[in-house]
Amino acid sequence: MFQNLTERLQAVFSNLTGKGRLSDADVDAAMREIRMALLEADVNFKVVKEFVARVRERAVGAEVHSSLTPGQAVIRIVDEELTALLGGTDARLVFSGRIPGVVMLVGLQGSGKTTASAKLANLLRKQGKRPMLVACDVYRPAAIDQLEALGRELDIPVHRGEGTDAVAIAKAGVRAAIDSLRDVVVIDTAGRLHVDEEMMDEVARIKEAVRPDQVLMVIDAMTGQDAVNAATAFAERVDFDAVIVTKLDGDARGGAALSVKSVTGKPIMYAGVGEKLDALEQFHPDRMARRILGMGDMMTLIEKAVETADAEAAAEMEERVRTATFTFDDFLQQLQQVKKMGGLGSMLKMMPGAGQMKGLDTEDVDERQLDRVAAIIQSMTAEERANPRLLNGSRRERIARGAGVTVFDVNQVIKQFEQARKLMKQFSKGGGKGRRKGRFGLPGGMQSPF
Amino acid sequence: MSTPWYRRISEGLTKSRERLGEQLNVIVGRSPDVDEDFWENLEDALIGSDVGVTAVTEIVDRLRDTATRKALPDARAVLDHLAEEIAAEFPTSAPDPFSAAPVVVLMVGVNGTGKTTSVGKIASELATSGKRVLLGSGDTYRAAAVEQLDIWADRAGVPVVRRDRGTDPAAVAFDTVAEANRTTPDVTLIDTAGRLHTSADLMRELQKVKRVVERESSAPVRTVLVLDATTGQNGLTQAREFDAALGLDALVLTKLDGTAKGGIAIAIARELGIPIVRIGVGEGVDDLKPFDALDYARALIGGE
Repeated sequence: MFQNLTERLQAVFSNLTGKGRLSDADVDAAMREIRMALLEADVNFKVVKEFVARVRERAVGAEVHSSLTPGQAVIRIVDEELTALLGGTDARLVFSGRIPGVVMLVGLQGSGKTTASAKLANLLRKQGKRPMLVACDVYRPAAIDQLEALGRELDIPVHRGEGTDAVAIAKAGVRAAIDSLRDVVVIDTAGRLHVDEEMMDEVARIKEAVRPDQVLMVIDAMTGQDAVNAATAFAERVDFDAVIVTKLDGDARGGAALSVKSVTGKPIMYAGVGEKLDALEQFHPDRMARRILGMGDMMTLIEKAVETADAEAAAEMEERVRTATFTFDDFLQQLQQVKKMGGLGSMLKMMPGAGQMKGLDTEDVDERQLDRVAAIIQSMTAEERANPRLLNGSRRERIARGAGVTVFDVNQVIKQFEQARKLMKQFSKGGGKGRRKGRFGLPGGMQSPF
Repeated sequence: MSTPWYRRISEGLTKSRERLGEQLNVIVGRSPDVDEDFWENLEDALIGSDVGVTAVTEIVDRLRDTATRKALPDARAVLDHLAEEIAAEFPTSAPDPFSAAPVVVLMVGVNGTGKTTSVGKIASELATSGKRVLLGSGDTYRAAAVEQLDIWADRAGVPVVRRDRGTDPAAVAFDTVAEANRTTPDVTLIDTAGRLHTSADLMRELQKVKRVVERESSAPVRTVLVLDATTGQNGLTQAREFDAALGLDALVLTKLDGTAKGGIAIAIARELGIPIVRIGVGEGVDDLKPFDALDYARALIGGE
């Protein structure tokens, strides 16, 4: 895995203790690291140059907020600039009001257009529309069959034309939508290389023929430096309105998204985040910025934590941690929070640096273990939960029977609980150094020694 | 150097060549001297080819060293030397898994790199050269992938073992190998569903497929990763993960007919020593070509 920007900058600034203004030398060192991080994330090198120049301008002589280290101050500037560059606000599909509305998907081979077409039709239906899919990929063997199969799965009609004239099929598809009272049409087109004149001409003619409300370019998140060439060519020939970034469920940083936005000015609208047909999400520029920088999806994690944990409960939890009156009930509550947030595996993936942590293999985190621990705690009496010292041999046996586990398992959980409690005491003692780990009531859940 | 196939490869790589060539010619044209500008532009050009900033820094540092030591006279001489340096990153005398016989080759990779198309093209190439080929339709996940391979098998005139969509791919692999053991084709190609290397379940599924194939096959088994040349730095992670899970024997680098240069393959060769055995230079059935490291490096740099 690549080093993330936070780690890079921490290394640069580790020798700095002073606060105040950033010196030229500090900024130079930081800019080198930012350049490396962006290049490793596949942001186009020209875009990187411009971006670094802009960040440098803001960073030189910038006052460092008293609560931030110089590294954090630079990260904040980078994060703000990156988010702004990626689009600032969330982009939405715009329809002219003509029925049926027409959306057309274009892009390179293998970027995921056919799957994205089906996912988009599914999303539009969820928004109350009556979509129809139109299969215009007359080149790739069985591409039309693929869209038809996906349509069947979703129970969304698919128009498949006769012959090999994609323009005629697109037009007939829109007519078929009118005839069958569909109010939106999603047109899947063949993958094409941006240097293939004939094919680029075809896609321009399809657009001319059906006059879509929106043209979306589909871009694979794993695309490298060449994304700018492809996007520029497609922007010139079909002037697409927005972008769908696919395969974001992998571990590619997705710098191509930034490159494309930067050179074409077109916003990114949707993100493909899984193989299932409902795995198409609204794109969030702020989260993408953090992903590109390799800062994990820390903000998403924090947002999720805030959404999930009632703020008051979190404050109370923090208080309990500080005073070390942490009970099994609290332990259970934290486990349930972890589950609500998508389980330990997905939480760990969002944590910066989790990829590098030795011995912390996210796929090894067994979700069933969470359920088992919950079952054990739920088999305790209220009194036992509040006062773990009551748990003698016979009580442990009873709990084991109640939870359907062995006494050994119960002992394990009690041990884990005690370790967690000890860990928390340490955190609350370390709290004086200004590291506010307990702020969201998370440390117990996140640090559970499973 | 101009063997017939080299001409065709160079034609396929022309666009890649033109772009980087232009870039470097501009460098050479603007400053024939080997100065700081030259090195910076060279670094940019290589980074722009997806070689990756770590590998580029190392390659350029070494090249600077050589340029000083050997007192290379001008930018052109440095670029010629660079082609050799890049070519030397690739393993020499790499065995071609598709020319062995008998052999069972498992084609793997992330979604959308061109696995099914590559299986079709290789089947066609081998059948044309008189080999007996059997295909296994192991992508039972993607809608119509089985139909897609059927069409390729039909074109190449080779048999294909197919099962319904949703069938356990290990079962299809089992049946394919059983058929291969019975009919003893020269080459058996098994297509698999695209999967992200980050999906632990799907990677385990693929390990199971490979285990079944290795256990059942009387012929040696090879695993080939299909990599899209437009892929950036994630290509290295893909290669690492697929190699760790399955052990990779070779790489097929597809989609070199655009403007992407597939430089990440250099980083993969450096780190993992996995050779490239075919490159995709067009959509035509015979546009999957053998790979020659020096030709590729020269095309990349645009030197002659």
